Amino acid sequence: MDDLNQNPKLGAADRPNSYIGRSVPRERAKKLLEGKGKYVDDILLPRMAHLSYVRSPFAHAKIKSINIENAKKYPGVLNVFTIDDIEKVCTPWQGVLGHLGEMRSPTQYPLAKDIVRWQGEPVAVVVANKRAVAEDASELVEIDYEDLDAQLDMETAMDKSTKVIHDDLENNLFWTRTVNQGNVSEAFKQSHIVEEVTLDFARHTGVTLETRAIVADWDSSEEKMTVYHNGQAPHMMQSIIAKHLNLSEGLVRIISCDVGGSFGIKVHVYPDEMVTVAVSKLLKRPVKFVADRLESYSTDIHSRCHKILGKIGVDDKGKILAFEIDDLSGIGPFSVYPRTSAIETNQVLNLSAASYVVPNYKAKGTVVFQNKTPMCQYRAVGHPIAVAITEALVDKAANALDMDRYEFRKINLIPDNSYPTKTPSGVPLEDLSHEACIEKLKKMMNISELEKYKKESLANGKYKGFSIINMVEVTNPSPAFYGVGGAPISSQDGASIRLEGSGAVHISTSITEQGQGTEAVMQQIAADQLGVKIDTVRVTHGDTDATPYGGGTWASRGAGIGGEAVLKASRKLKENILNIAAVIMQSEVNNLDVQNDQVIRKDGGEVISLKDLAQIVYYRGHELPPGTNAELIATASFSIEGIPFVFTNSAMGCLVDVDVDTGLTKIEKFWAVEDCGTQINPKLVEEQIRGGVVQGIGGALYEECIYDEMGNLTNGNMADYLVPMAYEMPDIIVDHVTTNSGRSILGAKGAGEAGTGGAPGAIMNAINDALIPLNTQVTSQPITPEKVLKALGKI
Amino acid sequence: MSNLNKTTISMIINNENYDDITVETRQHLGDFLRDLGFKGTHLGCEQGACGACNVLVDGESVRSCLMLAVQANGKKITTVEGLNSSEMEIVKDCFVKNNAMQCGFCSSGMLMTTYEIVKSNRKYSREEIREMISGNYCRCTGYQAIVDAVEDSLNKINVGV
Repeated sequence: MDDLNQNPKLGAADRPNSYIGRSVPRERAKKLLEGKGKYVDDILLPRMAHLSYVRSPFAHAKIKSINIENAKKYPGVLNVFTIDDIEKVCTPWQGVLGHLGEMRSPTQYPLAKDIVRWQGEPVAVVVANKRAVAEDASELVEIDYEDLDAQLDMETAMDKSTKVIHDDLENNLFWTRTVNQGNVSEAFKQSHIVEEVTLDFARHTGVTLETRAIVADWDSSEEKMTVYHNGQAPHMMQSIIAKHLNLSEGLVRIISCDVGGSFGIKVHVYPDEMVTVAVSKLLKRPVKFVADRLESYSTDIHSRCHKILGKIGVDDKGKILAFEIDDLSGIGPFSVYPRTSAIETNQVLNLSAASYVVPNYKAKGTVVFQNKTPMCQYRAVGHPIAVAITEALVDKAANALDMDRYEFRKINLIPDNSYPTKTPSGVPLEDLSHEACIEKLKKMMNISELEKYKKESLANGKYKGFSIINMVEVTNPSPAFYGVGGAPISSQDGASIRLEGSGAVHISTSITEQGQGTEAVMQQIAADQLGVKIDTVRVTHGDTDATPYGGGTWASRGAGIGGEAVLKASRKLKENILNIAAVIMQSEVNNLDVQNDQVIRKDGGEVISLKDLAQIVYYRGHELPPGTNAELIATASFSIEGIPFVFTNSAMGCLVDVDVDTGLTKIEKFWAVEDCGTQINPKLVEEQIRGGVVQGIGGALYEECIYDEMGNLTNGNMADYLVPMAYEMPDIIVDHVTTNSGRSILGAKGAGEAGTGGAPGAIMNAINDALIPLNTQVTSQPITPEKVLKALGKI
Repeated sequence: MSNLNKTTISMIINNENYDDITVETRQHLGDFLRDLGFKGTHLGCEQGACGACNVLVDGESVRSCLMLAVQANGKKITTVEGLNSSEMEIVKDCFVKNNAMQCGFCSSGMLMTTYEIVKSNRKYSREEIREMISGNYCRCTGYQAIVDAVEDSLNKINVGV
């Protein structure tokens, strides 16, 4: 079919059903708002039992004995299991991949075997007729522990005197990597100035408002395992559950209904979830596990936990000559299965200095084990660290040269006309727009006014600072992310679309929905490409029995990869519809189009509704000439080829007030200019940016998993672990530059993580800008009032 | 440890009588309502921090995880399923228009707080709205869309005019 003729320009809102590029309200929004969403904890099945886990109170201890007899006798208890029972039906796993050099993580069992290695590790599981009963009986499980030294501090993890967590490893090293481009030491020698800084990033976690939840339902008559799981990657879970429970993969069905936030927390394999599936198999009945909030804090993956040393060398004109980082990260006692806990550090190495032309680049990453909650990928994986170290050094260099920070960036940013190119670390980049974004940001922020405001405030004893930062975001990953290393994670996604007898259009997609608006976006693409009203289109997702195979929703890939599959499938279906219509309407195909649920003649005249067309095909096929290709269903797939990732770029800035008496930071304004290529629904893109920025602000100012010297998580509850609340948050002004990705027809890149990746650097630089008159700076996130006061020498 | 004392209670939920229901004395109101099928009441923390489980008890918003079901004996409860006044329909439309929810898990609690803001029958600045919804966690939106939605609602309902 002639593309130019039949497929209108994307994003041109100049015709009926041109939904791509319009902020259409999400159809499902009202149902969610009214509490009609269906979350895993809402599921009730006949004979369903409830689980409660007995978890380790120690960070590191030997299990001497477990006595479950009293718990088993408790009224309402169905059974109590330890690893001895579970390992008969569920095999252990190892969180290593093959594509990033040697990873050394030992076998992890679904319940602790012999030794517990973090406070919160599941040791036994109680199954009862009610959750409350299971919790009561959990207290009757008697476990005798012998306390072992806990290895908590990542900085001493590799010391000879430090306890090695895993006996079969010679030290606490999980993974290390170095990148070396050019000649950094020579370039530092030639630099006019060299600046250094060391930044610390505390551990924090995702705090999805809906906790992790799973219902497993083993049907022994069909030998089929149905799992309701509030996850992000149903086909990955299908493969992993089948593998470790020795089930036929085709007989494992994963259903992900509404999910109450995920942010990467719900894309990993958790021991307690695997045990839940195993218990269903053992008891041949449905079982439910819903983490309570205390369990969430000690068992949901944590993230960040980095100490990074950075160094920049610049010539006398302000051109960056060299950039070097040395990053250390602590990941808990195991690398998390199956994505591994190396990826955050790998991203730090790949993405530091990634917005700038840097001829000489060196990076080293070291990842070590600790007796703390396992650490893995959470929203914006590695980006907050890479952006913060880069932008801190850029500001330091600009200030040392007494150059305007914007001008300094302008001469060092990768020019918009230089793509394709590579990051300083060697990762391919294309279709980016740093210069256009920073120009737009500068205008939005009105920098000269901000400078004036700063000066006037200072004269009144108020310390204001602002920042401008640049960044790239990894989106739409290719197989290079996980699949190449051996993980059962699809980089391809599929869409199937059909016209039904009622005239309704039905899409099924392997992309899942956790609140981003997946359904709306897929509806928009299909309605736009087919030429139907948006309420004609229904979407099915999150069910391995009902959707094409695919990766799911993570790494900002849903719209760009899954959306392209929907676009391609919609175009195929439209082609079929027009060919059938040409027969029915006795017309040339090129004279026909679909608009508003009807096939129209471009030169006017008789039309046929899609409903009538479908009913001829389905109910009265004899009216069509024999041999007519009357397929009203089409399927397509898409994955990124030729490059590892489709990068996006953003420029962000913020204005802060630092109260030098209390140490409190108030964010007065936050600006973001984002280039995610084609925006299918601009409102939803902006809300991804805003929500992302606020999670980034959480990491920058408030959030930290605080451990005591014994390895106890001391603030693992919502009252003591601070997350951003409405009052402290600023309005966030968002604008866009649009550079389509050349890797797809749709041209969409991802938008889910840039805010979280950029905000911590933007906040830190703004605070340090405010502190310049006081000759001090902060280098440790979260930047609490205490740390500000310490930097000021007040405490 | 187990306390299986049971108590028989009655209450009105969303204008319907629920009489002589026997509950464990220790059960909190949130679990009680969810067991009855009012699944719109979401439990986010069960320690009174997040506000997702807010319901109205005799017209005032209350953390249903911090109140025992037996304490609600004889009271009038409104869950999100019962927030159907014409004013609340306007509020819901404003939330949808502004995309003031992503995953929807905080929304029922957020609507309870908005109900109280609307009921107070006056206008508020954005900063005041931010302060008033600061008892409700939202992890998805970053709050701005919710502030927009509440502001829009107050304008549409013409409170305080």
